[in-house]
Amino acid sequence: MIRVILIDDEPLARTLVREYLQAYADMEVVQECNDGFEGVKAIQQHKPDLIFLDIQMPKINGFEMLELIDEPPSVIFTTAFDEFALKAFEAHAVDYLLKPFSKDRFDKAIQKWKEQYREKKTNTTTTKAIVEEAATMPEQSQRVVIKTGSKIRIIPVNDIHFLEADDDYVRIHTADGSFLKKKTMTYFEQVLDAGLFVRVHRSYILQLAQITRIESPDNEHHLAVLKSGAKVPLSRSGYPKLKAVLGV
Amino acid sequence: MSTELTKGKIIWPYLFWWAIWCFITAWLILYAGFPFKNAIAEAILDTVSLALVGVAMFYAMKSYRPRTQNYFYLRIWVLVLAIALTIGETAALSRFFEKEVAYTGFLHRIWPLRFCYNFLMISFVSLLNWLVYYFKEQEEVKGRATAQEQLVKDAELSKLRQQLQPHFLFNSLNSISALVGSRPEESRHMIQQLSDFLRGTLRKEEQQLVTLEEELNHLRLYLDIEKVRFGHRLHTEVVCEEAGKQIKLPHLILQPVVENAIKFGLYDTTETITIKVEVTIENGYLIIKVTNPFDPKTAAPKSGTGFGLSSAQRRLYLLYARNDLMQATATENIFTTTIKIPVI
Repeated sequence: MIRVILIDDEPLARTLVREYLQAYADMEVVQECNDGFEGVKAIQQHKPDLIFLDIQMPKINGFEMLELIDEPPSVIFTTAFDEFALKAFEAHAVDYLLKPFSKDRFDKAIQKWKEQYREKKTNTTTTKAIVEEAATMPEQSQRVVIKTGSKIRIIPVNDIHFLEADDDYVRIHTADGSFLKKKTMTYFEQVLDAGLFVRVHRSYILQLAQITRIESPDNEHHLAVLKSGAKVPLSRSGYPKLKAVLGV
Repeated sequence: MSTELTKGKIIWPYLFWWAIWCFITAWLILYAGFPFKNAIAEAILDTVSLALVGVAMFYAMKSYRPRTQNYFYLRIWVLVLAIALTIGETAALSRFFEKEVAYTGFLHRIWPLRFCYNFLMISFVSLLNWLVYYFKEQEEVKGRATAQEQLVKDAELSKLRQQLQPHFLFNSLNSISALVGSRPEESRHMIQQLSDFLRGTLRKEEQQLVTLEEELNHLRLYLDIEKVRFGHRLHTEVVCEEAGKQIKLPHLILQPVVENAIKFGLYDTTETITIKVEVTIENGYLIIKVTNPFDPKTAAPKSGTGFGLSSAQRRLYLLYARNDLMQATATENIFTTTIKIPVI
């Protein structure tokens, strides 16, 4: 039995997919979810073979939801209209359903997916690539979504004091404490607005608005002191870079 | 204010012009056979007082410009000023040169001449001032008319966009598609609502003002469609004073505001939300309040007006030449947009 989860904030949209799926005796809808939060929980609980995922949803969108799952299941995206997402799908040759879609179009998508599924070619790497690309979308680049235990937290980028490399993770320091996200520093350097954030060290990115002063204990070492009192080391190349950005 | 006189370079020709009159007056007095000091006193007193009257008029007209039907009052004013100036100047000069009998006699003889001169000068100055403001006003009116034309174009464009509002349209169609299978009656109803709504956005531009009742009906169609799409998550409340229903307001002015509230409310929380539209009449204004819940932790509404509200604000400005007719405020977890429409 192929286990399916439907994630869409519009109940009727789920009704339609469920109805279309009735023609497939080998597929079973194990859960329907109203938003990404429910989606994350359901995916972890049921470990589905396939999810139907809407992009525009409350609080966190479909891409952000996928970002929170370490091993995302294979996905068929469903969306009404989303210029950015469509471009990304085309670029990565990912199949998607444009609402409203016909039964024929739906069947084709299922056939295609089943072939890949049989050949064990589920495309989690493409999914991950799309999710990374989506992080630069204007809407998403304004916030960072993280998961600590079962709690999902949305951090507006303005609330970030600085980022610190931590093995395979990046530690995000905010006024409410620090949070880990499984990403690279390079990833954040690309996603965050270069006018607001500067990578000042191999292991540090800081928000310019948070800096109060720069301390230089000696000619070799320089530190940025933040409003929170935290001291962030500046590397040999990071120091002149920061000075140039600040215009001092 | 003073910048208008100095910056506009009006001040230099103005001073030059009075300087010429100053010389002419002085020459006339010398010509009449009086000494140099009399000529200087006369010239300076006349010219300076007239110049001051001119400046005073310039600023008086800035705050109050007589309409065509009130020109009578303007003429009265000019007459009164001319009389006052004539009496004042004659009295001041007679007093100053009271020992020179020949000159004081001369002063008393020429008062009709002085009056005519003052009257003509003040009339001329007031005409000049009036013209300056007239052309300025004309320019403003022209500017606003151009902007108004632009607005019509913008509105048309935004209507087109409205009509093709992709998310709304395709998702609505998708909902209808889902309803067809299980609840055909409801799907037919929704097709009707969607059609009526789209027709409403296609209305002719000439009918720029519509009654509040029409506007609210249009809004209700939109809200009903959204309620089908989002099911139990979306609740709406539209409250309107009976007296306000016939008041006219710009077509489709509420639409973007409510749309913004729905988007903001639905996508910023995962709970059930209520969108409220309340209409009241206060001090000659139709007050329309649209509220939606939001999450202050993650939303941080953009300063001032919020998201898709700038276009509504712009339209209000172009229609009423005022910037204070729309306000957006956030308290705790409720976002409120208030629109004030002057009741004509």
